[in-house]
Amino acid sequence: MSALIKGETGEWEVIIGLEIHAQVISKAKLFSGAATAFGAEPNTQVSTVDAGFPGMLPVINGYCVEQAVKTGLGINGTVNPHSVFDRKNYFYADLPQGYQISQYQQPIVSGGSVLLDMPDGTTRTIGVTRLHMEQDAGKSLHDQHPSQSYIDLNRSGVALMEIVSEPDMRTAEEAGLYIKKLRSIMRYLGTCDGNMEEGSLRCDCNVSVRKPGGELGTRTETKNVNSVRYVMQAIEYEARRQVEVIEGGGTIKQETRLFDPGKGTTRAMRSKEHAHDYRYFPDPDLLPLEIEPAWIEGLRKGLPELPDERKARYIADYKLTPYDAGVLVAEQETAQFYETVAKGRDPKLASNWVTTELFGVLNRQRKAIQDSPVTAKALGGLIDLVSDGTINGRIAKEVFEAMVETGKEAAAIVEEKGLRQVSDTGAIEKAIAEVMAKNQDKVAEYRSGKEKLLGFFVGQTMKATGGKANPGVVNELLKKMLAP
Amino acid sequence: MALTHMSIAEARDALKAKKISSAELTGAHLDAMAKTRGLNAFVTETPERARADAARADAALAKGAGGALEGIPLGIKDLFCTEGVLTTAGSHILDGFKPPYESTVSAKLWQAGAIMLGKLNMDEFAMGSSNMTSHHGPVKNPWRRKGGNADLVPGGSSGGSAAAVAARSVMGATATDTGGSIRQPAAFTGTVGIKPTYGRCSRWGIVAFASSLDQAGPIARTVMDSAIMLQAMSGYDPKDSTSADLAVPNFEAAVERGVKGLKIGVPREYRIDGTPKEIQDLWEQGIAWLKDAGATPVEITLPHTKYALPVYYVIAPAEASSNLARYDGVRFGLRVPGKTLDEMYENTRAAGFGAEVRRRILIGTYVLSAGYYDAYYLRAQRVRTLIARDFTEAYKTVDAILTPATPSAAFAVGEKMDDPIAMYLNDVFTVPSSLAGLPGISVPGGLTADGLPLGLQVLGRAFDEETVFAVGRALERAANFTATPGGMA
Repeated sequence: MSALIKGETGEWEVIIGLEIHAQVISKAKLFSGAATAFGAEPNTQVSTVDAGFPGMLPVINGYCVEQAVKTGLGINGTVNPHSVFDRKNYFYADLPQGYQISQYQQPIVSGGSVLLDMPDGTTRTIGVTRLHMEQDAGKSLHDQHPSQSYIDLNRSGVALMEIVSEPDMRTAEEAGLYIKKLRSIMRYLGTCDGNMEEGSLRCDCNVSVRKPGGELGTRTETKNVNSVRYVMQAIEYEARRQVEVIEGGGTIKQETRLFDPGKGTTRAMRSKEHAHDYRYFPDPDLLPLEIEPAWIEGLRKGLPELPDERKARYIADYKLTPYDAGVLVAEQETAQFYETVAKGRDPKLASNWVTTELFGVLNRQRKAIQDSPVTAKALGGLIDLVSDGTINGRIAKEVFEAMVETGKEAAAIVEEKGLRQVSDTGAIEKAIAEVMAKNQDKVAEYRSGKEKLLGFFVGQTMKATGGKANPGVVNELLKKMLAP
Repeated sequence: MALTHMSIAEARDALKAKKISSAELTGAHLDAMAKTRGLNAFVTETPERARADAARADAALAKGAGGALEGIPLGIKDLFCTEGVLTTAGSHILDGFKPPYESTVSAKLWQAGAIMLGKLNMDEFAMGSSNMTSHHGPVKNPWRRKGGNADLVPGGSSGGSAAAVAARSVMGATATDTGGSIRQPAAFTGTVGIKPTYGRCSRWGIVAFASSLDQAGPIARTVMDSAIMLQAMSGYDPKDSTSADLAVPNFEAAVERGVKGLKIGVPREYRIDGTPKEIQDLWEQGIAWLKDAGATPVEITLPHTKYALPVYYVIAPAEASSNLARYDGVRFGLRVPGKTLDEMYENTRAAGFGAEVRRRILIGTYVLSAGYYDAYYLRAQRVRTLIARDFTEAYKTVDAILTPATPSAAFAVGEKMDDPIAMYLNDVFTVPSSLAGLPGISVPGGLTADGLPLGLQVLGRAFDEETVFAVGRALERAANFTATPGGMA
């Protein structure tokens, strides 16, 4: 896929930076003890702190800090031992305090990088500028009453991590991979569930275009895009729009835009919607956040194996291709499933079974691997039957389908259906003799030099044995019996 | 002795000895409250609750139980949220607001057995030095000039607290100090007020004005009473991230510690041109009193003093502009409808905030705005650091600092209202220590020629309220201030 898009005046390079808002996995909010569970009745998870009542004060939730530090370490960032919470001031009905507590000039994490696993097996490094902590606002519901809005403050005060990338991405595809990779890392860490439908991962897309190697163009920011697909659509639309505007003699305004998922387009927000001077200043209710370097090191030591390390291990130890390894490690559950299957077995065979047969079924049934109809142990059992010659590869696929259908173990299905591989030479010789008898013309052709017909005889013999014959033995015997 | 003329220390002993009951004591103060209603010191009176609590206190006392303030009737500044009891912060915008929670400081007082008589009037959102900005109308000072009949202000913002204590309708009151709001009204009413070190008392449940400066403290009639009250009000609160996780010393024990051997700083920069001679003289007198008591006066310099007021009037409004954003008509208090959300905000805030509050929100918004932040807010923060450093340097050589509490005695209701700068100058002696977060007490030192009280201020090191009390007590003993206001119950 070309990184450049074609306009009327030639090629254009697209410059993309993303700001990801990731909801921290935590039972309590960032500055209050209120609960954070998704889907609760409106305004049932709200403390007087979250509702901005007079005299209420924020107190930092140490667990949320731990989660942010872990995430910072997971993206190779520098955790700052001293960071500051600021107030971002603006009026909105779902912002009870009239300000959002965020981090402005001194974030908890500076720098970092995320490695993209490209489809061709190569990788690309995307820089991360910063990660900072902030509290979420509430939710305005505009469709509940003809003339008034309803406010749900359940989300008000929930901890978010805002992760800002460098403008290092060049295609919508890379942007999609970046979000997926970041989500994968955070899921490994247990710091964000990455559930975009529930709003626990939201994305602002900064997009500009330029002639390759030229000066950077003016960027626009498309806010609050909430799926990987929409992010990619928004970027593609926005890049094409900008090229058209510029080529049509116009200029790009630095502005905030909104994505319309129905049309797949973006539109400028009314200027009033973003004409904010946020008047940031350090929140006097909170002391600067001081983090002991020893504590950071302790968290670093306790980090789980992350996707990149796991992928490297799969390539080195299991001799998998980078692509397959990347696919298997993307989700922790998949990797764990795979490792259970691969344990004590041929890792490549295990990889093939997981990435082709199992993924096929999961896709078809729209199921996550945790809900797989075939357990890792059961799939391992099936592979064992292939490896020890009990069944052949073709029968194995049939057994697998039966396992999906019935949830039974492979061995049971093999016994039940009598699918055990036939390696008994006597029985196979008999079957071959019958095939040869029925196809004497072809036997003659083969013997006169048309050796390509061997495949035909293999097929016929397998058919005659109900597919159960050991293909190796069939081959060997056929060659012997067909020999002139 | 009339029950309303007892000190908290005396009443406490009499209650313990069962010479008096809390019912009698509380009843006498409720009568005084009714008699002095003309002062407009109370926003809300809670007599029924007071009587019920007094009965409970008497029951506890009868069993020989009860806390440090068992049965003592107090007033609570309307800035402290009191559960189920109207809390307005002196503002129209908090109309009808009955908090579902109790501030940490008032809860501690109830835990110690104190009785609430009611909620005390104050400048709107604690912004003011005269109590003229209250939505509930001005508070009158129970003091009048000799031979005059003009109503005087009690100072502010804790004007209701100071007036009620001076008028003997409460034995003590909670107050808050952001730039002088405890010490200045105490000085104007002949009472004792201490602002402890920032972080000594929890700010949780106190309606915020300027979070980095706001600090609770008591106003009472003696240094000992203020120590007894502060003891009960102080302590670390995990709900306030800026409260200090330090043990609270025994303040009461420190009061009579004496000043022998202490070095008392006399800051050169506090000799401000135009300060009335009476105030200069009282300061000299205070120095002499402490010297007589065995302390050594030392002239010191606090070179950045002159920047304190401008720095304060950048930082405090900046924080206030943000703290007061939550009064938007959406969730509590006043709502004035409008056609759009923005219009509702505008209508509500225009109707709900008084002129001084609006002025400070505008100033604060301005100094935080893009393009002005560095020149105002950031620079003010830097100078604030220098002001704090002045004190740190001074305390290398002295143990406490003595200054006048205010540049004038109480002025008349309506005076200085057309000139906010003249009003702001009231806090010239109290603001620097507020910016540095340091403790300060105002103790009555004497009367002006026309019979109005003047206060002396003692400042101390961070978390050394003990020395402040000891020096304050030495001044109190020497001054032997026994005058009482005419407007007393």
